[in-house]
Order: sequence, then structure tokens, then C-alpha cells
Amino acid sequence: MSGASDVIIVGGGLMGSSAALFLRGHGMSVTLLETDLIGRQASGTNFGNVRRQGRAMHQLPLANRAIAIWRKSRELLGADVEYLQSGHIRVCYRERPELVGAMEEYADQARHEGLDLELLSGNALRDKFPFLGADVLAGSYSATDGHANPRLAAPAFARAAQKLGAIVHENTKIVDAQKLGEDFVVTAADGRRFRAPILLVTAGAWGNALSSQFGEPVPIMPRGPNMSVTEPVPYAILPAVGVMTPLEEETVYFRQVARGNIVLGGSTRGPSFPDAYRAYVLPQNTVSQLKQIRRLAPQLGKLNIIRVWSGIEGYLPDSQPVMGPSATTSGLYYAFGFSGSGFQIGPGVGETMAEIIAKGHTDIPIAPYSVARFAQ
Amino acid sequence: MADPRIIIVGAGPAGVRAAEACVQAGLRPTIIDEGRRDGGQIYRRQPDHFTRPYQKLYGTEAGRAQAVHQAFDAIRDRIDYRPETLVWNIADGHIWTAKATAQEALPFDVLILCTGATDRLMPVKGWNFAGAYSLGGAQVALKSQAVSIGHRVVFMGSGPLLYLVASQYVEAGADVAAVLDTSPFTARVKALPDLLAMPSVLWNGVRLTQALKRAGVAVHHGVTPVEIVGDPHDGLGGLRFRDRGGTERRIACDAVAMGHHLRPEAQLADLARCAFAFDPLTRQWLAERDGDGRASVAGIYLAGDGAKILGARSAEASGRLAALAALADLGLTSDTGEMERLRGDVATYARFARGLARAFPWPAQQAAALPDEAILCRCEGVTAGDLRAVMRETGAQEANRAKAFSRVGMGRCQGRYCGLAAAELIAAEAGIPIEQVGRLRGQAPVKPLTIAIGDDA
Amino acid sequence: MSRRFVRLGETDRPPLTLHVDGRPVEALVGDTLMVALLAHGRTLRQSEFGPEARAGFCLMGACQDCWVWTETGDRLRACSTLAASGQRIVTSQPEASWPTHA
Repeated sequence: MSGASDVIIVGGGLMGSSAALFLRGHGMSVTLLETDLIGRQASGTNFGNVRRQGRAMHQLPLANRAIAIWRKSRELLGADVEYLQSGHIRVCYRERPELVGAMEEYADQARHEGLDLELLSGNALRDKFPFLGADVLAGSYSATDGHANPRLAAPAFARAAQKLGAIVHENTKIVDAQKLGEDFVVTAADGRRFRAPILLVTAGAWGNALSSQFGEPVPIMPRGPNMSVTEPVPYAILPAVGVMTPLEEETVYFRQVARGNIVLGGSTRGPSFPDAYRAYVLPQNTVSQLKQIRRLAPQLGKLNIIRVWSGIEGYLPDSQPVMGPSATTSGLYYAFGFSGSGFQIGPGVGETMAEIIAKGHTDIPIAPYSVARFAQ
Repeated sequence: MADPRIIIVGAGPAGVRAAEACVQAGLRPTIIDEGRRDGGQIYRRQPDHFTRPYQKLYGTEAGRAQAVHQAFDAIRDRIDYRPETLVWNIADGHIWTAKATAQEALPFDVLILCTGATDRLMPVKGWNFAGAYSLGGAQVALKSQAVSIGHRVVFMGSGPLLYLVASQYVEAGADVAAVLDTSPFTARVKALPDLLAMPSVLWNGVRLTQALKRAGVAVHHGVTPVEIVGDPHDGLGGLRFRDRGGTERRIACDAVAMGHHLRPEAQLADLARCAFAFDPLTRQWLAERDGDGRASVAGIYLAGDGAKILGARSAEASGRLAALAALADLGLTSDTGEMERLRGDVATYARFARGLARAFPWPAQQAAALPDEAILCRCEGVTAGDLRAVMRETGAQEANRAKAFSRVGMGRCQGRYCGLAAAELIAAEAGIPIEQVGRLRGQAPVKPLTIAIGDDA
Repeated sequence: MSRRFVRLGETDRPPLTLHVDGRPVEALVGDTLMVALLAHGRTLRQSEFGPEARAGFCLMGACQDCWVWTETGDRLRACSTLAASGQRIVTSQPEASWPTHA
């Protein structure tokens, strides 16, 4: 046996890393196992939106919990993950005026969940955000949303957990997990075995491989984000900007980092291959993304992109994660399948899972994320 | 069956000879090239209105340059030639091109990558000052534009290009302050057996050195660069180095041409998902290929310096060989005699190149010794100390990981000019073999791509 | 020394005039933008992340250190763009044309 602890976490993304940190806060011993390096796939390659608006209403308590962590991330982690509470604007196009009503309705509901949104149109919108194109009709502005650097975030959580005593094993591919008596025994490809009475699966697109071993298969679909970044230009765009639309192709977003580069995302998602550990940006997706970006912010057409990337994300059919206790096996917990929108809530997920594991309950509503919804 | 669609990327000696072989087989290949004209970097053709003769431009290689240009001119009407066009990505049997804002996806059955090389750089404190140029850049300035990169130029680094460009500058009337070679003269002696694979080229090299000395240019072997000094506003004003005896010297100059031989431009092979392997002699990762140029991915062929740095003469041979291999794989030709002869030629060039690599070794230890305040990544302004601090804080020891945390290699040039030195620094700092650091993964676009791509408005 | 590059010949080419930072600059047909600028000045642009000015590095379109701007905000890579009459080049990055005060 290579190690025994109170909790084994399989999957070193943002969920697993933050859960490890908060479990240490509850005084539990933790072993975090990661196939590759911490935070290298969905957690490290996403857009970096720290965005509450636009989430399903039932996610807002979790998102609110998360934002409190993001705000204190520098002190909590002892590292700068480039979190900026610089606002988020979600806009809709003139050809979809019906979405203005949907924005108003969302804002009314969100207010009850503690999220204040300001609806802007016409001169007020263009005065505040002059980079928006002529096609933009209206926008919903959240002053307290923002963005952070995904490349840095999950590794910073894992290092902070390590400093508090969590054991982190990278390059540890798990091939088997079983419950033997009171304990879970988790076996790595190289034969190392780890034992603990509690197992938390935060394995993203690989989550189904483990949940299936406990009779809980989920229809997870691997995909990859379509990301680009420009050369650095003077810092002038404070909020993250995204489009509200029913068409996937139109769904683009961008944000400018303080150093000046503008990160672009969306339009379409690419294929990803969890078994081969690779994800690719399809060139046609880059072209379609840039076309949509020109429509959203025509001035960006003067700039060059210098790099594109993707990563392996796990999507579930209803775009909601699997999060909470197993329905078949006591001591087993899940938090995976965040369907391309887990970054903002990630630290909140970690704190909530730690709370559930350490205290047996949470006030955060998690019923919509039950693994049982996929039971036959 | 319709004619196979053959696309050749690069119009240097490898690409031209590959295209010529395809034309001779009755096909109409497509050549895509970033340059305004054919010739690549080595046989770069000067723009209109320039009148210098071949001998003046290409020296001992004038005949070869002219022959490659003539070969291109002869097939010009029988190929689909697309100059000033960037191949920025490859996927699903298509290359994706950009010419200004025009974008196109071209399908291929055979893709012959003749993407050439860029300078291999070892950072020196102060190399970010205006007036520091790559050796290849210094040569382009002279060959293609008839200018010197400064009023008083120091050539620093190692490799055959160091002596070639310095002597070309002298001959053109530039003020060459010194040639500073980091490799010790004794290395050349040890490399002699391999260098004798090409006695005439070796002799050309000896003559270049003699010409420099006759012109009164100070040539130092076995130097250690210390610092390029200068002013942030006005650029560099001199440099400091230690000679082989360890004495520190200072030279006033307003330009430094620096480089340590070359590195393949292998991004497209990477994006085509070709396998790479570590080459211990040059301490670089190279796309794998068989003796004829077949990459690990079916339909992809690699030739010229873009595959491995074997020089322009080898590029002509390996370009033609790769095309013949592709044609043979398509069942269109089977001149095994010529292929056998070309393999022999490439083997000779490879032996000579091995000699060059030993005569002018990459000074890996300089990366380890870079002072903390020295800029390592010019694009992102990351210092050696920044990278070391990130390694200490995060434990990163893998190239892409260190890039993600420190931004080394994350800028506009995508690590072309800092990536190899950064890997050496990481290896030294972590105390691990360089191959364990890995290589920076290629990411599209191969060069910056305008957001206006495909905008027909 | 107000210029960086030194012409070593080929000076019989026809002249042309472009504007750099508002001032007329004489160049020769066949010059790259980089040569046109550095045959008259010392630098091409300011580094984004350090105090130093830059003047290009590789001259073959690989290092991306020589991008300059037109007065209308377009981006040009000086080493791979030919100088042309009537070009209006700026060597300092224009302020973003979309100031926000959110």
C-alpha cells in the first residue's frame, strides 16, 4: 500500500485541488491523485470567466460561495491567480430582440439570489462599452463578476493544499477503484495502491470511468474549448464580454488581461480525446470564432491572434455537473462533468464537497446535480 | 484516378527540388511560401531594382543559388505557386492558409514540408537591446537589402554562419569589430574526421577565417559572452566577454549579430501530429522520418533544414528524395537508382553536419549561467531569474508547464528564440537531463494570424 | 548616429517617400519597411514589458519583434512588408480606440 488517508481525491483539476485544500481545513488527511499534472485540462485551458450571471438560478448559491473565495484567493493561496473583479457584460444582438425580455427576467430572479445586474441599451450601453459592434442591441452588466487565469488557479490551490499537508501525486493514472470492506482501494497504472474510507471523484471527462466501476455510468461527452489569444495591446477592456444567443456559433466571448493580451473563446467546441490525452482546435472553429468576434467588437479585427489552444472537458446532456454523494456506495462522492462552465464555481465546489464530506451536510442546493438522474 | 494533390510548403532549395521532381512526373504541385519570391532564406532573391550579381550575393554558393532559381523559373508555369502565403494550421488532410486577410483550406494527398530553419539563439544579458540581431537576420539585411545592421558590428556565437556572414559583411565594406566564437578551436580539430566528408566546404570555411584575419578582424575562439551593454532608449553600445584565458574584454559596437547555428522550423510537422524524437547531438527535438523523408503520419514528408539541419546542399537532395519517395508511394515512379544515390548524398551531408555540430557545440552551460536579471524570453520580457523563481515556487520541470507558469515561450514568436535555452536552464536548475524537460508543443497559428481573416467586407 | 542601418550599395534605386510618426522619410523602391525606418532612425517600437525600445531581431518574419502600426491602426510586420509611397507609419502603439470607464 502506497498510502492511506481519510480521503482520496482522484482528479487534480480545480475541483479536486480546492476540495483538497478545504478538506485540510476540516483537519482531514487527503491524498490527491492526478493522471498528468495538476490543472492541465478543463481547469487550465478554459476561458477564465469568473462569471455568475447566465448560470442556472439553482447554481447561484454555489457561485456566490465561490466568489467569496475568489475575492480572498491571494491570501488563501499565497499566490496571485490574476483574479480581477472587473465586471462581466452579456449582450444580445438586434436580430434577437426577444432576448432583452429574457435578460430582464433573469435579472429579476438573480436579484433574489444576491446578484445585481444592470440592463443597458442604446447610448448608455455604447457610452460604457464603446468597443461593442453595431449589431449589439442590449447588455446585462454585472459589476461584481470578472476573470482569472486558469493556467495558474488549480495548481495554486493544489500547492496551498500541499502546504497544509495534503499529499499530491502527479503522473498517477488510476486504473481501478474498488470498495473493499470499509475502505476504497485505488490502484494506479504502475501498481501503486492507495486506501481511504472516503473517495471523491473529480476526474472531469474521465469521471464516468470511475463512476461506472460503482454502477453509476453517466453519459459524459468529451469536448474541448475553442480558445485564442491576441498579441498584447494597451489595457482598456475591463469587463469580460459574452454573447447571449441560442446559436452555438454566435456564442463568443473575450476578456483582456492586465498585461494586455485579449483572450477569445467560444463559437464552437472541438473534439477531445481523453484516452489519448489530447484535444485539438479545429482551424474552421478558429475562423468561425474570429468572424463572430469581429461582429461583437469590430475594432479587434485590427489585431492578430498569436496562439490557440484547447483541453479536455466533460459535458453532460443537461449541462449540469454530477455533484454530491453516490447513490450506490457510501463514502463515495462525485464532482465532475461541469460542462464547460466550472471555472467560476470551482472553489465553491471544493469547499462544498469538503463540507459535505467532513460535516455530512451543506446548505448549498445540490439536488439538481445528483448522479441518480442518470440511473436507468 | 484524379491526379494526386501534392502540396509543398516552402520554396527554398528543398521545396524547389521537390516541386521539380513532381513536375517531371507530370504532376502540378502547389508550392506555398511565406516569401515574396522563391529561394528560401539561404538563396533569397533580392527585390526588383537590386542589381548585384550572383557571385556577390552568394559567394562560393553562387552556382548553386543560380541553379535553384533557374530550376524554379523553369517550372514556374507548371506549378500552383502561392507566395506571401502563410500555412497557419493543418487538420484532417487540409492545410489552412492566410494571404493578408484571404483564407483558404486546401486538401492534400501528399504534403511535403520544406519549412526551413531559423537561428538557434543563446540569450546573453542585454540581447533585448535594439541593435542585437540574429546572425541569419544580419545576413538577410545584407543579401536582400544591401544594408549592414549597424555602423560597427560584432559577430558572436558559433557555427559556420558566424564566419560566413562576418566575411560577407567585410567584403561588402561593413565595419566588423570582432568575431567571437564560443566554441574552442580544439573542438574543430576533434571534428575533423567528419568534416572531411565534404573537403571543399571545409576548405571554404578555412578560407573565410583567413579572409577575416587578412582584413584585420579580431577572431576569438572559446569566448564566454558576459553582457551586451546599452541604453534602453538608444539601443546597444558595446559588449563584454571573457576570452579563452578568462580575461574580461570590452568592445564598443552598435550592433551584435548572434546565433549558434540553426534550428528546424518544425511547427507544421507538429500540427500535422508527426512524432518527434530527441536528438542528443544537437540537443533538439526533431520530427521523426525515415531515410527518404517519410514522417510518422502517412502522406507527410519532411525535407531540408526544416527536418534536420544538414545545410542547403542536403536540402536540395532531401527535397528531391522526399518527392521521389512520395511519388513512389503513390505508385507513380520507381527510380530506385536515383533514390539510392540521393540517400548516399544525404548521408554524406549528415556526416559533415555531425562534424559541424561537434566543431561548434551549442554552449548549453551558458543558459545555466545566465544571470537572474538577464532577459530570457524577449517577447514576454521574462528573465532567467523569473523562470528560476517560478521553478522554485511551483516545482515546474517540464517545458510546457514552465511556460504556463512563467510565460517563457508564450509570446509572439512562440518560443522560437528562447525555447531551447529555456529548456537548458530548466534542466540545469532541476538537475535533470534535457530530454526530460520535453519540448514546447506547437500551437497554431504558426505565425500571428489577423482576426480579420476571411473578412471579405 | 541617428540611424541604425548602414546602406552598403544598391543606392541607385528610385526614391519614394513615406511618413513615419508624421514626418516624411525618404526610402528606396525595394526597401522593406524595416530598412526604410532604420536607415533613418534607431528603433521601431517600444517593448510592451520592459523599458527598452526594439528594432527587430530576425528579419525573416519569425521573431515578430518588428510590428509597427499605420495611422489607421493596422498592423504591419516591418521586415516582411515593402516600403511604399504614401504609407503613414507610427512607431508607438496607438492608445486603444475604445476607452472604457466601466
